[in-house]
Amino acid sequence: MAVANNDLEKVIIQSVMEELAKKGLLSQKGKDHMMSAAMMDMPFVPNPQSEEMVTFPPQEEMQIDNPFNADAVRAMKKLTPARIGIGRAGTRPKTMSLLRFLADHAVAQDAVFLDVSDEFLQRMNLMAVQSSAGSKDEFLQRPELGRRLSEEAARKIAEKCEKNVQVQILIVDGLSSSAIEANIPDLLPALMQGLKSSGIKVGAPFFIKNGRVWVQDHVASIVNCDVVISLIGERPGLGTAESLSAYMIYRPDENTVEADRTVISNIHKGGIPPAEAGAHLTDVIKQILSAKASGVKLNQQK
Amino acid sequence: MILKAKVYNKIFAFQSLKEVMSKANEEKSGDELVGIAAKSASERVAAKLVLSNLTLEDIYNNPVIPYEEDEVTRAIYDGLNLRIYQEIKSWTVGYLREYILDHKTTGENLLHISRGLTSEMIAAVAKLMSTMDLVCGSKKIRVQSHCNTTLGIPGTLAFRCQPNHPTDSVEGMLASLKEGLAYGSGDAVIGINPVEDNVETVSRLLDTVKNFMVKWEIPTQNCVLAHVTTQMKAIEKGAPVDLVFQSIAGTQKANDAFGVSSAILDEAFALAQRKGSATGPNLMYFETGQGSEVSLDAHLGVDMMTLEARTYGFARGYRPFMTNNVSGFIGPETIYSGREVIRADLEDLFMGKLHGLPMGIAPCYTNHMKADQNDQEMGTLLCAMAGSNFFMGVPGGDDVMLSYQDTSYHDDASTREILGLRPLPEFEQWLEKMGILENGKLTERAGDPSIFDK
Repeated sequence: MAVANNDLEKVIIQSVMEELAKKGLLSQKGKDHMMSAAMMDMPFVPNPQSEEMVTFPPQEEMQIDNPFNADAVRAMKKLTPARIGIGRAGTRPKTMSLLRFLADHAVAQDAVFLDVSDEFLQRMNLMAVQSSAGSKDEFLQRPELGRRLSEEAARKIAEKCEKNVQVQILIVDGLSSSAIEANIPDLLPALMQGLKSSGIKVGAPFFIKNGRVWVQDHVASIVNCDVVISLIGERPGLGTAESLSAYMIYRPDENTVEADRTVISNIHKGGIPPAEAGAHLTDVIKQILSAKASGVKLNQQK
Repeated sequence: MILKAKVYNKIFAFQSLKEVMSKANEEKSGDELVGIAAKSASERVAAKLVLSNLTLEDIYNNPVIPYEEDEVTRAIYDGLNLRIYQEIKSWTVGYLREYILDHKTTGENLLHISRGLTSEMIAAVAKLMSTMDLVCGSKKIRVQSHCNTTLGIPGTLAFRCQPNHPTDSVEGMLASLKEGLAYGSGDAVIGINPVEDNVETVSRLLDTVKNFMVKWEIPTQNCVLAHVTTQMKAIEKGAPVDLVFQSIAGTQKANDAFGVSSAILDEAFALAQRKGSATGPNLMYFETGQGSEVSLDAHLGVDMMTLEARTYGFARGYRPFMTNNVSGFIGPETIYSGREVIRADLEDLFMGKLHGLPMGIAPCYTNHMKADQNDQEMGTLLCAMAGSNFFMGVPGGDDVMLSYQDTSYHDDASTREILGLRPLPEFEQWLEKMGILENGKLTERAGDPSIFDK
């Protein structure tokens, strides 16, 4: 019991010192002292209720020790999203720069390699089918497989989807599942609402896993719609992993080329915000329907 | 020509030299995608065994793409020194590997036989070489070139400072340039990839960099990596172009897709000589990468590595100042993993050097590959040990315009210090004058872009 009491005492001392530190009443030296006291013989007591956590300093923070002109460095950092003014440890990056880079790459890789969750698809009430690419590895290494539906998917679409609609919306993971989960909850309702209030007949949107842009041609050949629009995850950069593109095409066939598609890209909260994109895409689809053409052919008619 | 081999109890028969060449490759996703990769580990070794026994003459007589059909093949064959070829044509590929690695064989010897080797012969021998073989072979060969300064001097390692900006902002670009120079990056070239490929943007960036170079007396070269035809128009309008850049590939069909041909490159080279701003004589900067022909659907059934060698065969006639390889940039359908990209980088460095090219490597990766920063740093160190003339320098390793990761300014300084390599001499003097470098090491002052804001 004596040991437990001793521990309790130390925990109390530690929390008091933490409070003091938060209020700035403790010097850096005091903090070091607290750390070393804690490390010496006190067992770490995790507190899951605590709101405290480790996180990155703001990106715009200037990280150079003793710069010649700190204001100039801060001004430079405002001029570019590039990783400058980040300082160094010897010739190597500082710990926070290294960890931030790893974090940005991790988020990008997770966007590419993780699937859109089943829970998300259920919540959005989206039927899910798959391309001919059976795995992410296959999807990334064999582009042609992502351009065709699996046989099962083609059958399911033929069975369940409404035919001869004006617009069929597809949600396609592409190279970023994060882009789907981040944008679709705002984008899809706005787009559906926009199209319906314009009196346009829309089929029930559904989700395609491991899909590329061209898979929309295969879908259009089954549902026989006028316009097929794919909301598809873009290849993530380190800056954002949540960017989404919309590819639209009017009645694709075997002679379709890339230039026949109309593309709106950079849909994410730092680019075209998803709800705004819904309204914009509605306008573009209306133009495509009235021109009976998309891509370069649509632009030529303008 | 024997195209059959027995590996223990299994016999493998191949139909053509082209098939042997593709199946002898180490695993890469692009060869799998095209459907020309070995189907098993044993078949891969069988192909290497067949290849080791073929003579250089066998390869000469069987170009993977016919002479009549492809101007890259024509450039390779027309540029060959027939006297040297005659002397070595009876060598087997296996013997060539041992000749390259032999202690008695010097870099000078290799540059001599280089003139009698076609690109396919160079690719063939590299297919028999392991990682350390490639490093040993590469390290022997030093190729120097001169534009405003001399690249490739033994004991030096140079860097392209790559201050790209997502909207071509001149001020944003300058901020990244200052940061790079403050780390000692930029002696190979200050090279910018523009977003907008037009004469106005290209000229504006060229003028800005040139003025900065003049103001701060920086001994280096400048370049804006737009399409060659855009740069030519900019030169005609008076823009200061030290180096003319172009991406090239290993088939005429792929070069067509890039919008280039030997006629256009001839014209660009002549224009750079007549109206360019550099001393020369080396005035071209090429970029290449395994897999570009696959991504353009212009591979004609030839494997990526052989096509990359052919690209070097096409390049060498233009006596470039620098040739940079970006195999990791193309994507996972051609190069999937960190392991594949490191292998490709070493192959490309070796094959380029054996072509007599001043090679640099961008051991880079994209976010949809199975590669990460650790792979990139391993690739960089290996290529530096193998004597790469230069690497890229990107702020924090993250190119915010091209959306891929490449060697950072920090990596540039680190690689020099780890291996005891120095910047190009004139540039080192400049760095010392600026107080950025002292005895080959960064000073306290280094890494601070505001030293240019007096």
